[in-house]
Amino acid sequence: MGLLSKKDSKLILDPLADNNPITIQVLGICSALAITAQLKASIVMAVSVIFVLAIGNVVISLMRNIIPSKIRIIVQLIVVATLVIIVDQVLKAFAYELSKELSVFIGLIITNCIIMGRFEAFALGNGPWRSFLDGIGNAAGYGLILVIVGFFRELLGSGTLLGIKVLGDPIAKTGLYSIGYENNGFMLLSPMALIIVGLIIWVQRSRNKALIEEN
Amino acid sequence: MGLKQNLHKLKEKYKGTKMAPAFNAIHTFLYMPNETTHSGSHVRSADDLKRTMNTVIMALIPCLIFGMFNAGYQHYLALGDIQAANGDFFSANFWNWNNLTVGLWKVLPLVLISYGVGLAVEFVFAVIKGHEVEEGYLVTGMLVPLIVPIDIPLWMLVIAVIFGVVIGKEVFGGTGMNILNPALTIRAFLFFAYPTWMSGDKVWVHGAVASTGQPDAISGETILGSLAQGNPAGYDWLDMFYGFIPGSVGETSTLLILLGGLFLIFTKIGSWRIMLSAVVGALVMGFIFNGVVDAGWISETSKFYGLMSTEFWQHLLIGGLAFGIVYMATDPVTASQTNKGKWFYGFLIGFISVLIRVFNPAYPEGVMLAILLMNVFAPTIDHYVLQGNIKRRMKRLKVKTA
Repeated sequence: MGLLSKKDSKLILDPLADNNPITIQVLGICSALAITAQLKASIVMAVSVIFVLAIGNVVISLMRNIIPSKIRIIVQLIVVATLVIIVDQVLKAFAYELSKELSVFIGLIITNCIIMGRFEAFALGNGPWRSFLDGIGNAAGYGLILVIVGFFRELLGSGTLLGIKVLGDPIAKTGLYSIGYENNGFMLLSPMALIIVGLIIWVQRSRNKALIEEN
Repeated sequence: MGLKQNLHKLKEKYKGTKMAPAFNAIHTFLYMPNETTHSGSHVRSADDLKRTMNTVIMALIPCLIFGMFNAGYQHYLALGDIQAANGDFFSANFWNWNNLTVGLWKVLPLVLISYGVGLAVEFVFAVIKGHEVEEGYLVTGMLVPLIVPIDIPLWMLVIAVIFGVVIGKEVFGGTGMNILNPALTIRAFLFFAYPTWMSGDKVWVHGAVASTGQPDAISGETILGSLAQGNPAGYDWLDMFYGFIPGSVGETSTLLILLGGLFLIFTKIGSWRIMLSAVVGALVMGFIFNGVVDAGWISETSKFYGLMSTEFWQHLLIGGLAFGIVYMATDPVTASQTNKGKWFYGFLIGFISVLIRVFNPAYPEGVMLAILLMNVFAPTIDHYVLQGNIKRRMKRLKVKTA
């Protein structure tokens, strides 16, 4: 990356793999389980979180020297809440069906541990540009896992991707369904999302032994 | 040179290489190993893991054979080709060649798939991880075909077995380390992934799915299914006891399960504490429900009435309760380890099975969910039993030293 210094690009690349918020820090699991049954919802969620975390990190970073430390959690909450309401209103205005499908989970971005975690751990101690990159990186790492989980759950659970019937029509029995294939209903239930996240963690740790904790 | 020598040579040849566990497994499975411990061991016992597993398989064989006959019997009975056996265990309508042919044709593929796929997964993991292949799958592989509906598509079984062995067992470290019973994990996966093939009134009798919508359509409702919908069971209790009823392949005959259970108790493989307490637990819950009905607290219009008013001892005869108690709840890995804990563990399995059965008609096979639930709680039960012992002994110690 010519644009960024080596140190800065690490801010984006690290959370994508070796310091992923979901698979390594095990944060933000709740929304990863709840909204990943459809790929489209996962993508929208990922984009929303990228927006909230990047902007939020910058705002907190700009204010970091004037926030009294006693009330910093309240200030952080106000910043997140404002941004989440913007996302929610935009979705309601331009993608009403989707916003109904995501229902409370957009609002619950406020409580997403990744966001408060990055505010506390990074934005309060770093400049706006680095905070911006850190926000993008962490939210993208979160979004990446969401999209992977959403991909498998929608493909195997409903036989569709982004609503397109890629495996054929289950009712008219075309494509794969003509030879007796059936959708896996278990994929649509939240426990399967947990198992897929677990499998991702398994693959990741067996490829990079340094990530395995000693105990 | 015999097979044994050849295997031994192969074993020596591949010693230290990646494939070694695979050859070792075949060798130890077929023969006694050439090297045995000569000195240093103080406890000598004839029963190793292999023998334990084989004893359980021996106890399962009668259920398997009965299941094959029953597959054909239910098929022809539904078609109207033969008369019902009606409480005669040695009825010629049941034990005949035609029935067995259907059974062999439908059940043997299930057995082969279950063993083939499961053992393949075990071998792959043993080779990758470099440990010996463990015998744990021998029983699981026999249990799986006995607890699925007869017409289950084979590819679903393949996926479920891979899922069950990998997620249910290998991720935790293989045989002896698993939290959940692998056979039930496989069944639970099938149940939640493909509910249309695991419940309803079509899947339990061979040919019923294929005939749907045709003029000669046949149906095969299980007794639990009928009762949950408020219909009468439609079978004599003796038929239920002998097992001339629709259901999963090998779990219908309470008589043979009882014999298998006694065999397991006699050989000290299965825990009699778990079996007895689970039976008591089921009876107690059934008794409570009967009491509720007798007291007139629910009316006949209630959707729970059918199963609640079932006489308490009949719960043991219908569905997979007996099979689950004898062969699955007693799995030594996933059950409670302490003797006192086994009483609680077994009792709760029986109790919760009947509870789920009655209150959630969508999950007619409560015993599967009850055992999986108690598998999760077994370590907790053990923990409290141990802590109780420690506390009592500490007290005794204080009295002595004081």
